[in-house]
This record gives sequence, C-alpha cells and structure tokens, in this order.
Amino acid sequence: MWLIRINMADRSYTVEKAPAAFETLGGRGVTSTIVHDEVPPLSHPLGPSNKLVFSPGLLTGTAAPSSARISAGAKSPLTGGIKESNAGTAWAQHLANLGIKALVVEGQPEEKGAYWMAHLTWDDQEERPSIEFLPADDYLGQSLFDVFPKLYERFGERVTIAGVGVSGEYGYANSGIVYNDNNQRPNRYSGRGGMGAVMASKGLKFIVADPSGAPRREVADRELFNQGRRKMREALQEHAITQPKGGLNMYGTAVLINILNEAGGLPTRNFSSGRFEGAAKIAGEAIFEGIKDRAGEEVFNHGCSPGCIIQCSNTWLRPDGTEHVSCIEYESDWALGANCGIDSLDDIAEMVRLCNAYGFDTIETGTTIGVAMEAGVIPFGDGQGAINLVEEMGKGTPLGRILGGGTEFTGRAYGVTRVPTVKGQSMPAYEPRAVKGIGITYATSTMGADHTAGYTIGPEILAVGGDEDPLDPEGKAALSRAFQATTAFIDSIGHCLFIAFAILDIESGYEGMVEECNGLLGTDWTTDDVVPMGTEVLKKERAFNEAAGIGPAQDRVPEFMTREPLPPHNQVFDVPDEALDSVYGEL
Amino acid sequence: MQVQARLFATLRNHLPEDATDHTTQVELPEGATVEDLLEKLELPKDEVRVTMVNGRARPREWELEPDDEVGIFPAVGGG
Ligand code: SF4
Repeated sequence: MWLIRINMADRSYTVEKAPAAFETLGGRGVTSTIVHDEVPPLSHPLGPSNKLVFSPGLLTGTAAPSSARISAGAKSPLTGGIKESNAGTAWAQHLANLGIKALVVEGQPEEKGAYWMAHLTWDDQEERPSIEFLPADDYLGQSLFDVFPKLYERFGERVTIAGVGVSGEYGYANSGIVYNDNNQRPNRYSGRGGMGAVMASKGLKFIVADPSGAPRREVADRELFNQGRRKMREALQEHAITQPKGGLNMYGTAVLINILNEAGGLPTRNFSSGRFEGAAKIAGEAIFEGIKDRAGEEVFNHGCSPGCIIQCSNTWLRPDGTEHVSCIEYESDWALGANCGIDSLDDIAEMVRLCNAYGFDTIETGTTIGVAMEAGVIPFGDGQGAINLVEEMGKGTPLGRILGGGTEFTGRAYGVTRVPTVKGQSMPAYEPRAVKGIGITYATSTMGADHTAGYTIGPEILAVGGDEDPLDPEGKAALSRAFQATTAFIDSIGHCLFIAFAILDIESGYEGMVEECNGLLGTDWTTDDVVPMGTEVLKKERAFNEAAGIGPAQDRVPEFMTREPLPPHNQVFDVPDEALDSVYGEL
Repeated sequence: MQVQARLFATLRNHLPEDATDHTTQVELPEGATVEDLLEKLELPKDEVRVTMVNGRARPREWELEPDDEVGIFPAVGGG
C-alpha cells in the first residue's frame, strides 16, 4: 500500500510504498506511530512542524461489516498531547480503495489565510494515487451545509470528502474534521481534540477522494477472511444491542440516557448531579417516538457509512416532518441536553446542526456551554441562549472565540472551578464519581478525557463483558488498562467500536475479528495477541505525551470531583493515586 | 407494599397504557424480590438484562422494600 506525503508549503507531494513495518498496522496504529516518530513533541500544534496523519483501518475497504473507519492523528491543540480521532465515513473506504495506508499532511504555506483542496484520484498510467491541488478560497467562511453541495456538483456524485469548517479557519481548539455521511451531508466527524484547526493551519480545506479505476484489494486467504467475517456478522446479528431492530438500530446511541440516569451517572448541569429530571424527554426512546410522530411511521436508524450492519444513526425531524439533523448521538444529546439542563430535543437538534455546519465537536461544545452557564453567562436550561452561544462561536465574535477555545479555556476566562476536563479535553457523558472505572480511563488515557479510549461502561453499567459495581474503585485500574489496550487494537483494524458489545459476549465473534485480520494479511494472530498489540500503540502514545511534558501528574481528574459528593449516591472520586499511576506504570 | 417500576427501551411495551415517564406503581407482598416483580409485570425474563434498585444494580433474588424504585432494562449499548 501507499504512503503519501503532502507538503503544504509548496503543494508538492510524494507517493512511496508504505514501509514493511506498516503492513500489519492500520488506523490508530499508523497515525500514532507516525506522530510519535516524526512530530517534535514540543512543536506548536498549529505550527509547521506538526503533521496531520490520516489512516484507514486495516480492514477498511474490505467486506468486513461495520469497518469504514478513519483515524486522524496529530499533536492536539486542545490537549498538547498526541491525538487519534476516529470517524465512520465512506471517505475512509475511498482512501483504502486507493491503496493508501497513510496520508501525511506536512508543512504550512507562507501565505496566511490562503486555502487549497487536494483532489485525490487514481492514476491509471502510473498505477498509483495522484493529487491535484486547487484553490479553495471560494469555500471559506461558510456553512458546510452550503459548501458540500457545491463540492458534489463540481466533483461528481461519487466522490467523498474530508474537510474543515469555519472552526478550523478560526484555529479553535474545538474544531473537528468533517466527512460526508451516506447522503453527501457534512455530518460525520473526527470531532475530538482540535484536528480541524491542525488541518486548517496547513492551508488545507478539503480532501476530495475518487477511487475510480483503482484495483481491488488483495486478500491473502480469502476463505479464512470470509469465515471471520461470517462469524462477525453472525455475532452482530444475534446480539440484542447490535442486531437489526435491536437497541442501537431502534433507539440509537441515546438509548443510554435512561440507564445512565437510573444509575446516577448522567452528568447534569455541568457535572453537579448524576440525575437529570428531564432525562426521559431526551432519551433514545423519546427520539424514536418523536420521529415516529412526525414521520407518521416507525423509522429505524441508518448507517453512517457503507457496509455497516448495525446502523445506529438517526435523523431528527422538524415538527412539519422535514429533516432537521442527522444524527443525535448519545454524547451530543447529553452534552447539549442534560449537561446544560436542556430537555428539548428540538433545541438539542438545532445545536447539533450548528456544530455540523461550523465544524464543532458536540461534546466539547456542550461542556463549554455548561461551564459558561456555571459562570452565569446564560442560565442553565436556557435552550435559545445556548443556541445563540453556538452561533457566536460560528461567527467568531470575541465571546465565540473564548468558547471556541474549549471547556478549560472558557473556565479560565470566567474563573470557574468546576471544570470537567483532563489534559485539557472535556469529559463525555459518564460521571467518574458514579462510575469509577470510566473515571480511571478519563484520567489516564493518552487522549485526555475520552470514553471510547477504554469503555468500562460495558461491565460497570450495561452488564456487557462482565459485571462490576460502578461505585467500587477496586480492581478498576486493571480493567481500564485492558479496555484501553483492546480499544487501541480495534481502532487500528478499523471496526466500529460498537462491534465490542457483540464480541465481548459472543466468543465466536471475537475469533471472527482475528480471523478477518489473518485472512486479509496472512498473519497467524490469536485472540491472545489483541491486548499486547494494542499495548504497543499505547506505549508510543504515552512516550510522545511524556516527551511533550504530559506525565503521571496529569493523570488525574479535576479536584472538585475528589471533594464534592455527587447526588444521588453522594460519592466522590476516591480512586487512589497509586491505582491511577498503575494503569500505565504496569503497561 | 408499593414499589415503583420503570421499564425502558423494548420493555416499554409491557407498561400500562397510562404510564408516564416509563413508570408504573406495583403492589407486591412484603418480602417480594426483584424476580417477583418481573413476574408480576409479566416481563420476558430472558430479555431483561439489568435490574437496578434505587440506582444500584441488584440481582433477581434481591429483597425489595416499600417505595423502592426499580429500573428494568433489556440489553442496551451505545457510546
Ligand atoms: S454502528 Fe453506528 S457508528 Fe458504528 S459504523 Fe455503524 S452506523 Fe456508524
């Protein structure tokens, strides 16, 4: 496969064979290796030395189900550490179809404020990918909902797109990289960690991909690959969470609102309670019923990308039955809802739409508004006020720029002490004081506070992959470590993390995952290799962070969580520092 | 004694018509367990994955107290 390097200083590029060491690496394994090996840890995230690396997962572009995943990696302007931000999109498959192992964006143009697009196609003659650079100045300062149709008109219906919105142009630490969904809409994101600002800092506005003419991927042992993929498919179709018309397909990821609320672990009004009285109004069940009412029929969810058989993405409708936004995910629903004391799905949908239009991470946006509410900028529960704040961010007003700097930055600007961040990145939708294991993941992850980095919610809340008391800190460091390593592996092979619900419960699905890889690559991995291979990725990320000045002292939750008991269980975060230090100390 | 049962996701179909916020009041004999409550509600037991009493996960044999709040869930996941 190919390793492409783009130098944005002069819009030149090279295409070489990817090194042999990358043969068995993909996705996060590739992005974190290149960032670790090539980016100076003390470089400025928005300066010329940082590199933005895209890599599709190992299985991406194959017929393995739910595997259209892309990893975007760089040094993060939000955390100052390494970042891998993962998304599901057909763009990931197009990169893989073009035979691209990694696309590395380097350098920076001299001209401030000038932007280009890279048009990525297959060169039949040279039998390799090629790139044309085109000016992108016509597309600046606009909503992505206006820009995407223009790009599709210009480049044709079949292309896929990665890009940045105005949030990246402003250089906000809260800025994602956007990708098209299955309906050519700018709705899928590598949201976390400010990757949009990194891409924009290089003067790169869009990467338009068209794999027409590229040869099919080789599969080393097709029989084994097919056997693996069949086991995976069967597990996904059998498990109550992932099966057709199952939990995810019917209610979407927001099905979690009620169970976290019941467990007292749904962060409410800027992490001041674990229960939200309006939970039922914004839960996945309410989304399903709301869509049914407005559509006049039951509507099941769709895939974010081709080849997903779980299909967890909803489309919220306006009262007149027309589309409002796709998709209201659990995290967005919580961040812009419960965390702000807002119980109107229409208000939440409008904020999600604005985040997609401007290029914001919905989690960081909701937690930033929560802190602004704590500071008294607007009251908790003020839906229209919150919508206005997202608009301010999109317009780049002075207040908008403070908010665009993220949750921690906003907390500093207003002197707030209850600021739910670790390593500069805000916490997602699970309260560490009510779910101790996920708190350990937030505290220690190389990514800053990140639930996907080690999703102990499975055994702690959902009774998936084990049964653990969420309030008990005992044994949770080892649990978090194992989940963090397994996740690093799954993020590298390119399956959507939601396969984990099925394969943690159904052993043959887990075997299938490893067989898919062995069939594709001709390797002889066993299920015992998963954790050690993920561990190698974590070690590189950790080494980068330590060299960037982010060590064990930063592996802590904010002080207020160790002092303020959280209702309803009235617990503080009581995991001892030694346990936190053991997560990476004993890696 | 009275306890409050809350049914979620696909289990909502087993709520009485007039239930609001997923909730229904159930009359049980003193000393009844979570299992007894599931039976009283005629829930498909193999679909029930998580039972919480007052916000804590509790097993089927857990003895209920008057006014307990019991959350009952099928397998759910997301992220
Ligand atoms: S399960 Fe959901 S998030 Fe994962 S690939 Fe499918 S639609 Fe996308």
